[in-house]
Amino acid sequence: MKTPKIRPGERVGPRQQHNWDWRAASNFIAGGTGGGLLAFAAFASLWGADVRALLVAGMALIGAGLTCVWFEIGKPWRALNVYRHAATSWMTREAAVAPFVFGTGVLALATGLGLFVLLTGIFGACFVYAQARILAADKGIPAWRHRRCLPLVAATGFAEGASLLAVATPFLIPHVAGQIAVATGALVLLFVRVLLWRNYLRGLRSEGAPVGSLRALSAIDGPFLKYGNLLPAVLLMVGVLGTPLAGAALVLAGLVAVAGGWWFKYTLVRRAAFTQGFALPHLPVRGRGTSGAGVKPGWGGA
Amino acid sequence: MTRYVMAIDLRRCVGCQTCTAACKNANATPPGVQWRRVLDLETGEFPDVRRSFVPVACMHCDEPPCEEVCPTKATTKRPDGLVAIDYDTCIGCANCVMACPYEARSIVHEVKFAYGDKPIKSEEVRFDPARIGVSMKCTFCIDRIDLAAQTGQVPGRDPEVTPACVNSCISGAMAFGDLDDPDSKVSRLIAENKTFRMHEELGTGPGVYYIWDKG
Repeated sequence: MKTPKIRPGERVGPRQQHNWDWRAASNFIAGGTGGGLLAFAAFASLWGADVRALLVAGMALIGAGLTCVWFEIGKPWRALNVYRHAATSWMTREAAVAPFVFGTGVLALATGLGLFVLLTGIFGACFVYAQARILAADKGIPAWRHRRCLPLVAATGFAEGASLLAVATPFLIPHVAGQIAVATGALVLLFVRVLLWRNYLRGLRSEGAPVGSLRALSAIDGPFLKYGNLLPAVLLMVGVLGTPLAGAALVLAGLVAVAGGWWFKYTLVRRAAFTQGFALPHLPVRGRGTSGAGVKPGWGGA
Repeated sequence: MTRYVMAIDLRRCVGCQTCTAACKNANATPPGVQWRRVLDLETGEFPDVRRSFVPVACMHCDEPPCEEVCPTKATTKRPDGLVAIDYDTCIGCANCVMACPYEARSIVHEVKFAYGDKPIKSEEVRFDPARIGVSMKCTFCIDRIDLAAQTGQVPGRDPEVTPACVNSCISGAMAFGDLDDPDSKVSRLIAENKTFRMHEELGTGPGVYYIWDKG
């Protein structure tokens, strides 16, 4: 359906969205990491780790993301209206999970009961999933609605959570076996993130997407793989091998992996977020002429 | 049942933008916001060059993605097919803007007028503060449609209860009416001609039919 020679007028092809700026992106960045961290903190608590600091950090990240969004919306004093459409809106569901995250999190900190820690982790995971579904439901942005985007966004949230746990591990888990377990877990999640990232990019390229989205995502492909995943993976390997510098390697690996995930999510929500644009499956018949082949300006791949 | 739709004959549209101006006049949209606009596409290579004009706006979908994602229920689909926004409920989160594959929605966060900070006379009269900071879009001139229930007139046939863009079209390219009435003008146009709907593959069921050839 693409026509090589096409001169679309203003706003015919896909264009970058400008309604969700860095504040909205921050919700996906901080909220995803926070939710993932809570999930892995709960996991770590099963082995007896003191995860109170992690719970505070996870809730702070989610709170920071939601605060950023609050500053973005047009009518912040009506924000509670967000709870009115749980039947179909994932934004409502994300907002509905947040009080449970904070409620059980505060109870976990106050009582120290493992049940509340686990519940906080479960709600944190639900928060990550709800965020991924928000993007997937936005049909106007092809890069988000692609079926391979949802697992990638969810996976990067969990990978970031595991990576932050790796950062905290030298301070929370003194024994080597525990540190190796955390490093191995984070390594596996980074591997999953890479697989899903490559799968997503391949899907977009093969099925077609706005040229702007492909360009923005392709631009980070190499650096994201090398510095966002490979470098922390090597550092995590150092941690797994239990060398004398294992602790420092875990901290550095975690921070780099989180930074890589944030860079990807910022790119996805801001730079690669191009609209659908317009397409004509048939050019109209004019006068005595015939109809022309369809056009879909501004799309690439496929 | 009633299902209001629009049929736009792309063979007739000359890209004059009269519908754009009529919409702006009827709905007093702020500067930079056009609920109705006409796309201008030039395609092909000399000597086979084509120019097509495509009027676009909210498609008032059967399955509106904007309604699905709206966290406040400010966006609703009425039984007659019109997708409406309650400005007093909307929080301006822009999720609907992202969900719409037709770029039909806008959010204006600051009060703007055509000539700077101060409104001209007509803007002073028609400025609606409820629209600031919330999502807005083409309503198919919903107030006119609702007027029909009181006057007994027929939308699409009687100009007083027909969208301003349809009334203004100089080439008769736009038609409006009830798709469930087999005798309405839109029903006949759609039945007698070849049509497509924009991005039909996305499953939104748009309520605007583009005529591209005779049947």
